[in-house]
Amino acid sequence: MNKVFAILWKDILSELRAKEIAASVLFFAILVIVVFSFAFDPEDDTIGLVAPGVLWVAFTFAGVLGLNRMFAMEKEKGCLEGLMLCPVDRDIIYWGKMAGSFIFMIIVEVVVTPIFLVLFDLPLFMPELALIAVLATVGFVSVGTLFSALATNTRAKDVLLPILFFPIVIPVIICAVKASEVAFDGKPFGDMLSWLGIMGAFDVIFLVVSSLVFEFVIEE
Amino acid sequence: MNQTNSLKYNLLLGLSFVLIMASLALVFLYAPTEKEMGEIQRIFYFHVPLGWIAFLAFFVVFVSSILYLRNRDSKWDTLAHSSAEIGVIFTTLVLITGPIWAKPVWGSWWEWEARLTSSLVLWLTYLAYLLVRSYAREESRGARFAAVMGIVGFINVPIVYLSVRLWRTQHPPHLVDTLEGSMLLTLLIGVAAFTFLYVLLAYHRTTLMNQARKVRILRQTLDEREE
Repeated sequence: MNKVFAILWKDILSELRAKEIAASVLFFAILVIVVFSFAFDPEDDTIGLVAPGVLWVAFTFAGVLGLNRMFAMEKEKGCLEGLMLCPVDRDIIYWGKMAGSFIFMIIVEVVVTPIFLVLFDLPLFMPELALIAVLATVGFVSVGTLFSALATNTRAKDVLLPILFFPIVIPVIICAVKASEVAFDGKPFGDMLSWLGIMGAFDVIFLVVSSLVFEFVIEE
Repeated sequence: MNQTNSLKYNLLLGLSFVLIMASLALVFLYAPTEKEMGEIQRIFYFHVPLGWIAFLAFFVVFVSSILYLRNRDSKWDTLAHSSAEIGVIFTTLVLITGPIWAKPVWGSWWEWEARLTSSLVLWLTYLAYLLVRSYAREESRGARFAAVMGIVGFINVPIVYLSVRLWRTQHPPHLVDTLEGSMLLTLLIGVAAFTFLYVLLAYHRTTLMNQARKVRILRQTLDEREE
């Protein structure tokens, strides 16, 4: 656990100093929301249909961008070799990097969601949304960290991550959009339970599977 | 190819040929025309077996990916690779035959429904599987990466299915138990025919890949000698 925290702390420190990922990902997420608002031209009666989709498309795209950087930065400075030389199991590296991506994505979501709610004129206080966001984000980073590590070791690292990532996270996107729809419509919490359940199952399954196969992805 | 292998191969080839011919005859001559849908229903005898065998192919990818990561024996990787290629082709055919049937029956080419959407996601997943390989810097690394995708992709299938089913459902339910005798027979022969076709294609593809690998190694040693 300490080792996981050490890797996480390293990522937080380097991000605090370089401010490389969070700011650009944040800006990108806001841009996606704005661009999609123009594309869909939401009126009062269609806003409920469009809003959940726009929010999760923004987070998915922004997430890919951030996940790409998570291992690209290790690769560029030759840090990945250093990490791999550490006397820790490979799955410790996975948990550390995963936790880092999770925190970055959550920070982005915490900043972007209120802006989104204002732009789409939705109620600002929605505690359910936090739960949806946590479950969906764990799902994203669980497979995202695995594929990010995989993609940096290939010739087409920027293209490959979305190609691998999108088909696998489709269940998370569906569930997150549907659960958010329930929240935006102000329906009772019980209506979104089955969506949250599938996301929870996805999270648990892919955290386990990804940590198990991670060693095959970064091995030289 | 040695004696017993070529005998087995000829047997396999012969059986596939006979079964596919039998299946064609049954589909177009024997099976009765369905009362409500009419002739178009006959595409079902290709659509369903293709779907099942594509799924079988992806299951083979899953198992051989695990075995490859465990034993690092390239024969498992070759099997996974060729099985994925066949699976993608079969899924492509499923995605083509489905809309051809759906347009006259449902009135639309495509519906965002559980099984259709799952098949589409399956198709995308295994196209990605094939792409990973071609983007890897070395062959062994590509094999490892592909194996990871083969495992993750297959585990994802039930979750995709579950979430899309909750999302929407329109596909006709499992008809198999309500199917009339002659129709069921036609379907089963179709499944057998496509199973043999799958084995035959997988056999060809693995042999070809093994030979390609041998040629590569030979060429490398030749190049080294010339230097």
